[in-house]
Amino acid sequence: MISTKTKRTEVLVVGAGPAGIAAATAAAENGRSVIVLDDNLTAGGQIWRGATVEESRPSHRSDPQKQRAIERLQRSGAQLFSGHCVYSADASGTLQTSQESASGTSTEQFHFEQLILATGARERFLPFPGWTLPGVFGAGGLQALVKGGYPIAGKRVIVAGTGPLLLAVAAHLVEDGAVVSHLLEQAPLAQLAPFAASLWTHPAKLIQGASFRAKLWKTSYRTGCWVVDAIAASDGQKLAAVRMTDGTRTWTEPCDLLACGYHLVPNTELAALLGCRFSGSFVQVDDTQRTSLPNVFCAGEPTGIAGLDAALVQGEIAGLACAGRSYASLQKRAATERTFGDRMEKAFALRPELRSLPRPETIVCRCEDVRFSNLHNHTGWTDAKLQTRCGMGPCQGRVCGPAIEHLLGWKPVSVRQPLFPVPIEALCAQDETTEINNQNELIEEKA
Amino acid sequence: MPETISLTINHARKQVARGTTVAAAMLLVQQPSRVSVTGEPRTALCGMGICFECRAVVNGVLHRRTCQLLCEQDMAVETNP
Repeated sequence: MISTKTKRTEVLVVGAGPAGIAAATAAAENGRSVIVLDDNLTAGGQIWRGATVEESRPSHRSDPQKQRAIERLQRSGAQLFSGHCVYSADASGTLQTSQESASGTSTEQFHFEQLILATGARERFLPFPGWTLPGVFGAGGLQALVKGGYPIAGKRVIVAGTGPLLLAVAAHLVEDGAVVSHLLEQAPLAQLAPFAASLWTHPAKLIQGASFRAKLWKTSYRTGCWVVDAIAASDGQKLAAVRMTDGTRTWTEPCDLLACGYHLVPNTELAALLGCRFSGSFVQVDDTQRTSLPNVFCAGEPTGIAGLDAALVQGEIAGLACAGRSYASLQKRAATERTFGDRMEKAFALRPELRSLPRPETIVCRCEDVRFSNLHNHTGWTDAKLQTRCGMGPCQGRVCGPAIEHLLGWKPVSVRQPLFPVPIEALCAQDETTEINNQNELIEEKA
Repeated sequence: MPETISLTINHARKQVARGTTVAAAMLLVQQPSRVSVTGEPRTALCGMGICFECRAVVNGVLHRRTCQLLCEQDMAVETNP
């Protein structure tokens, strides 16, 4: 017999990034019982990712805005569970998580009345020859690993791809002692200029961008430039150089590491599993951040990539809406931030040349080593999955999905549980620990 | 100076600062986290638990996402075969 201990809460928030923190705080401060679940080791999400290593490296200084938000979350009475990965849920009010520790994996179940999805975004990766070599990272990926204790001082790094994240990543790497020789932004200057000019309406963002740029005075910053090839050292096992182009001239620069990411794609798998209605790639919400499901709200990047300030205001609106409070005063700010997101989308639109980067032998699906040529005879996901195993590995298409959407135009097909791999023994294991739920009552379900 | 902890990575003992993720420790000693299905060495890509490239064998358990796991004293980490 299997017994699963369950925690019960009025409002369950998935994701402890800025949107989730704002949502949980607003709901809890207005009298709702709130649990926040987060997959990462500590709260803050990606944009507020903190260093796990206690060192005094410059970029490891904690962001005061983040500090204030987390302290307010703690005071609000909301309970945070880090290291909880949501692998299944249904809109009737049950959600399952898995927790990994050094000793193994366990599972837990949560009951909720209202659910707020604040699942954030991930980097978009586009395949190019050599992108699977050790030494090639995502842009935010390398920054996250540095925050996790990977020393970068003295390393020659090329930062490339697209999006405002590149500037932030390059500046932080330089602060930590890396030599960032090049920062390549694929968007042409003419496409970026209107976005840059529009930033006068967001002075804080303008100042932040200028401060990043000032730290990169030694870096060759080029717009309309992109990586075409990551070249391996003679042993074939690690990165040695990067071939880059401005569309007319192609040249090679030596480096130790390449940090390459193409802006962000939303984490919408949970919303899709629950059956929320989508508008294009994003979860459709009304002006209370309510999805097409009456008890499910969504805030931040899954509703449209618009950055930190949009996530904060949308999260607050969702939390207030769950608590039945007025959010009218926040609508103007929310609209301004949405406009910022729209401008950002236009500015960092991907150039068509990026579709011709992979060679036939270039791996597209890294989990299953499916090469670009393997996909040529297929017309869509279902066919390709069955015939090549593309997208069938542990990342479940989170990396190759957005890449193939850009390369071949295939739209993602259905999402199924488990949303993340869970060991079968963890699913079946008898949970012998006693858990007290959020309202001090213990619910035991036997299956 | 930060406190260090000691673990083995592919059977070699290594000291790392407390708070270092296993993925960062493997990069530090230039060991691949896993070998791909066609035999390529791979290291962490996304750093945030999405891509599964950093999965390695930790204390005998296969496929652990090492970017979401902190190094612990006497932990045994190996490249995922």
